[in-house]
Amino acid sequence: MKKLLAAVLAGTMISACGASVMAEGDVLVMATNAEFPPYEYHEGDEIVGIDAEVAALIAEELGMTLEIEDMAFDSVLAAVQSGKADIAMAGITVTEERKMTVNFTDPYTTATQMIIVAEDSDIATPDDLAGKTIGVQLGTTGDIYVEDVEDATIERYNKGFEAVQALLQGKVDAVVIDGEPAKVFVEQNEGIKLVDEAFTEEEYAIAIAKDNEELLEKVNTALNTLKENGKFDEVVAKYIGDGEAEEAETETETEA
Amino acid sequence: MLQSFADRFYLNFIMDDRWLYLLNGLKTTLVVTFFAVLIGILLGFLIAVCRSTCDKTGKLKILNSICKLYLTVVRGTPVVVQLLIIYFVIFGSVKIDKTFVAILAFGLNSGAYVAEIIRGGIMSIDNGQFEAGRSLGFNYPQTMIYIILPQVFKNVLPALANEFIVLLKETSVAGYIALEDLTKGGDLIRSRTYDAFMPLIAVALIYLALVLLFSKLVSLLERRLRNSER
Repeated sequence: MKKLLAAVLAGTMISACGASVMAEGDVLVMATNAEFPPYEYHEGDEIVGIDAEVAALIAEELGMTLEIEDMAFDSVLAAVQSGKADIAMAGITVTEERKMTVNFTDPYTTATQMIIVAEDSDIATPDDLAGKTIGVQLGTTGDIYVEDVEDATIERYNKGFEAVQALLQGKVDAVVIDGEPAKVFVEQNEGIKLVDEAFTEEEYAIAIAKDNEELLEKVNTALNTLKENGKFDEVVAKYIGDGEAEEAETETETEA
Repeated sequence: MLQSFADRFYLNFIMDDRWLYLLNGLKTTLVVTFFAVLIGILLGFLIAVCRSTCDKTGKLKILNSICKLYLTVVRGTPVVVQLLIIYFVIFGSVKIDKTFVAILAFGLNSGAYVAEIIRGGIMSIDNGQFEAGRSLGFNYPQTMIYIILPQVFKNVLPALANEFIVLLKETSVAGYIALEDLTKGGDLIRSRTYDAFMPLIAVALIYLALVLLFSKLVSLLERRLRNSER
């Protein structure tokens, strides 16, 4: 009986998948890499997160149903390009290189790398970092970008808070880290502040195939509507607003 | 398969000169291990002599209890915790060279183990050797230096070599204080390429090669020391 049930289930699933490919126009296929909280991640059997929910809202606006395809990050853009997916949303940073292969919608969010310094520090802009000792968390976007800072010594800590601790003890001159956790660190510790100007600013946008200008326009319109009627902010608040402290602890890794 | 292997090798080691992370890490690991071994031997000898003198003659009681306390603390806590304490607590508010911190931490740690190894060696020497030394007119320190310790050294060499192999591998936790040792070098590559296999296997092979080389050197030394027995 169980086997029969499984077979039936598998059958319906296969036909459902088949249908999605066949019934073009009714289904919006989104390519993503669901290992990037809070933007997209697995929760039980479902893929949830800001990107997933926003995509669902966009699909709703377009009168389509959303289907999410989870794959490796490096295949996400290729999937859009080859037509296997209609849109790609995976916290994709807009870069000139990527613009050559796909079209990007208007950016829907910005992710920043912020600089934390001691309150009496002479570092006031990202340019002042030259020649300083900078603490980062191994493997984050901050870590990769500070390599370009002239003459700087980079100290790579295993955890974000350890880099901040080193800053508090005067072992490093500055810490470069993701914007959201940076705000929490500064709030929770005396004697350190954020440098107003962000170290880097990245924009996340939805990628759509070059030859699909029509969909690009539609998605942009839908995205604008969602921003105007506040539904977009609702989704973001749901994932980032309350989870700030938590995010600082688990430390987001940036894949883009 | 072979092509993808070559691609991954290129990605992990050749591209952006990533092999330099491993080379620089290896240098740091060797420097830390070398000086930590020196501190370990020095400290270990002093403590062992101190402890066995107290056991044999009943002198140096206060020094002996200090040594005992040190052994208890160092052997009773993990080396990672000691390293973090030295870096974030003892040198809590100063900018300090991390290589120095690592040498100090691993040296102090190793000293405790070396002390017990050597004390075991001293205790294993027959009391008649002491008495013979004394009856030849040597005082206690002279007996220790000229008669006991040379024999001790030969006896404890295998256990000592073992301790240094352990020490070499233990330095792999130096990355906790953001020191870029060999293991951290591998981690760095891993964080850039998102490939686990290549960097980790490479790091493991380098450690293995170091240990093999070291074991070889020790066995050569052992053979030379045994020449005098014939």
